[in-house]
Amino acid sequence: MEQGPAAAAGTAGAVGAAASASAPAAAAAAAAGSSLSGASAGYCPVPLPLSDSEQQCYSELFARCCCASATSSSSSSSSSSSSSSFVHPQPPSEVGRGAPIPGPAVTAGASQVGDLFRASQLPAETLHQITELCGAKRVGYFGPTQFYVALKLIAAAQSGLPVRIESIKCELPLPRFMALKNDSEIRYSNPADLHGLKCQIPYVTMEKNSFKRMDDGEKQQETMSPTMSPISSPPSSPSNYQRVPLTYGYGKLRSGMDQMHAAPYEARQVALQQEGPTAGSHGSKPPRLQASLIRSLSVEREPQESNNNYPDDPWRITEEQREYYINQFKSLQPDLSSFISGSLAKNFFTKSKLTIPELSYIWELSDVDCDGALTLPEFCAAFHLIVARKNGYPLPESLPQTLQPDYLQTAFLKPKRDCALFDSYSESSMTVNQQPRDLNRIEKTSMKEKAELTAPAQEANIDDKQALKISSVDEAMPKDLSVDPATPKDLNTLRARPRSRSYSNTSLEEAMKRVEEPPTPPPRPQKSHSRASSLDLNKVFQANAPAAKPGLLPPPPALPPRPFVSQTEQVSEIELHPQLTRTPSQTEESGSPVKKDLPHTQPPSKPIRRKFRPENQVMENQEPSVSGTSSVPTSKPHAPVQKQSSKQKKAIQTAIRKNKEANAVLARLNSELQQQLKEVHQERIALENQLEQLRPVTVL
Amino acid sequence: MAVCIAVIAKENYPLYIRSIPAEHELKFHYTVHTSLDVVDEKVSAMGKALVDQRELYLGLLYPTEDYKVYGYVTNSKVKFVMVVDSSNTALRDNEIRSMFRKLHNSYTDVMCNPFYNPGDRIHSRAFDNMVTSMMVQVC
Repeated sequence: MEQGPAAAAGTAGAVGAAASASAPAAAAAAAAGSSLSGASAGYCPVPLPLSDSEQQCYSELFARCCCASATSSSSSSSSSSSSSSFVHPQPPSEVGRGAPIPGPAVTAGASQVGDLFRASQLPAETLHQITELCGAKRVGYFGPTQFYVALKLIAAAQSGLPVRIESIKCELPLPRFMALKNDSEIRYSNPADLHGLKCQIPYVTMEKNSFKRMDDGEKQQETMSPTMSPISSPPSSPSNYQRVPLTYGYGKLRSGMDQMHAAPYEARQVALQQEGPTAGSHGSKPPRLQASLIRSLSVEREPQESNNNYPDDPWRITEEQREYYINQFKSLQPDLSSFISGSLAKNFFTKSKLTIPELSYIWELSDVDCDGALTLPEFCAAFHLIVARKNGYPLPESLPQTLQPDYLQTAFLKPKRDCALFDSYSESSMTVNQQPRDLNRIEKTSMKEKAELTAPAQEANIDDKQALKISSVDEAMPKDLSVDPATPKDLNTLRARPRSRSYSNTSLEEAMKRVEEPPTPPPRPQKSHSRASSLDLNKVFQANAPAAKPGLLPPPPALPPRPFVSQTEQVSEIELHPQLTRTPSQTEESGSPVKKDLPHTQPPSKPIRRKFRPENQVMENQEPSVSGTSSVPTSKPHAPVQKQSSKQKKAIQTAIRKNKEANAVLARLNSELQQQLKEVHQERIALENQLEQLRPVTVL
Repeated sequence: MAVCIAVIAKENYPLYIRSIPAEHELKFHYTVHTSLDVVDEKVSAMGKALVDQRELYLGLLYPTEDYKVYGYVTNSKVKFVMVVDSSNTALRDNEIRSMFRKLHNSYTDVMCNPFYNPGDRIHSRAFDNMVTSMMVQVC
């Protein structure tokens, strides 16, 4: 576009005004307003004295803006940019305008003008005033006169003069614009340190936008054209390349400007000022501008570092980008803690229209664990690399530190991580049948209450991958738990479960242990409290009253073998009773006498318990052992405290298990009854039909 | 260290071949090509009996006066051929095995890349770096 010649045409003059511009800008605001009002009559109150060079430059610039606007596509900016303080000459020239404003005279395209003005690197307020002063705001468009006045004012501002109409009366150097070109050859003449950044400048948002647009609508715009800019960057997109604040070029996204206003401008101008005196011939102006730009960028970094953005670092992901990446990840894979498969990712990234070798290389960089799938941080890194590549950044030799998965995970997944973990944890527990879920809940409460490890353990979580493993492990574990009633080891496993997030292997092993442990008989919980169990309860509550969990009762450790039950209904009914009796007993932490009463009420249910024995052959093995242990407490209800505490824990665990089993049994019973109900209904309907059929006969 | 490393596809065309002294590249290509016959011979000799237990490392395929050729076959019939300098007597069998293992791991990493179509030439930079590390440093 226009940059090259514009910059070339300008003479090397004073560098853009610095803070001085900003200060007078503020002061001049009111003055500008007044002057503007005064000047409202004729648009240009002052005949513009333009030198030849100025005339030539301005006309070129104007022609450029006009042509550019003519050629520019719909982009122009700016739904988002319209909100920017920068000036767009008014409504007619605004957003959505694809064609040049057909004013009474030739008018410059608003977008191009905007870009050009921004390239002047003046503060937004200054540009705003300039626009007002030149009358574009008033008349609603940038006609030649307005444009020229604006350029003059820009020159004035860059020279440090206040933005006033009077300023343009004097001789001024040509306004300087940061000329940015998409063909980066110009830039290559610069020192190597600039190379990295400068060529990117123009591409920056273009590609980003084009890529985004592509994502949105799968339209690819390979636009390297500077006029491209605008792309109505989707609002949610990280079009605000904070980390690449640079492009003050025509290609720059307006929305990106919004964030850079005050401080960056001043800083930049300070840098520019510093560069000014050292400026050489104007032939080197573009390089110098770039150098100044780079320096200014580095200066800009400081004010922006509070945002955690390191604009110097093109490999650092900004917040908006991150959110955009995460949204894209979700579109491919709703579960944030899971993977995107290679083929999915391939199709997705192929849309970016990068070459396959490049994509292959990007994949190589980002898929750190080389598993053919991308986790969320890997995906963000890959996406970021693609975006950078499309914007012209050369791909790095190795994955930058800021794109490493661990870095990304800790840096920005932390707030979500806990949620994800909890979600995964709860999801995993919920996905399995109710029994395990109840078990989990009970376990959770028990763990919180007794172990107090849940909080610190969960905070210790680190990796999403671990979370994934954990979620899978959690899914496995509840299933295992449903199979394995509590055993003496359960306490450790329960305690370890929150910790399992950090050590997926250990949790898996513990899950395996649970599987191996012989499960206690399901009926046990509902079944009557044997003397042993009740005594256990007594012992538990006596020994460790404060530690007892509300609502969580130590289950009777083991019940002596019982005869089998024939009818399920009877079993279920009777089971209900013990369950009911048990729960109230469990809830109250009463003394032993109450507990001891239970066994007396329980005996009728004892036979029922047997029924479940065939289902849990393994449990039988445990029963004798548990009954053995239970017998001990019966004989010594006041056994040594240590034994009691350990047994209490076991009891609690067994209670948990038994409750689970009881729940399962009840659920089964419920389903059976439901079926019977349905059958009965059907019978009834059949009978009624028969009755009706018979009735007319009798009537007749 | 190795003088030439080649990855040959199942259909016996090279997926990747690289040799250190550039002037002898053609010679190494020819050597690798001829060694494929030996590889097939070894594979067929072993394979009939116990395909599953066939060891991946084939060992010394044949020695010449200047160099030795080692072979390694994966279960997908992808062959790795390594030519080492005979003068380098310090290289033991274990080292050769470990080099092949590294090659195999890098190869699987290349395979994991969804943008890599099996049968294409290998252009992976990571793979190149790994091979470079194994090549002899010609002073």
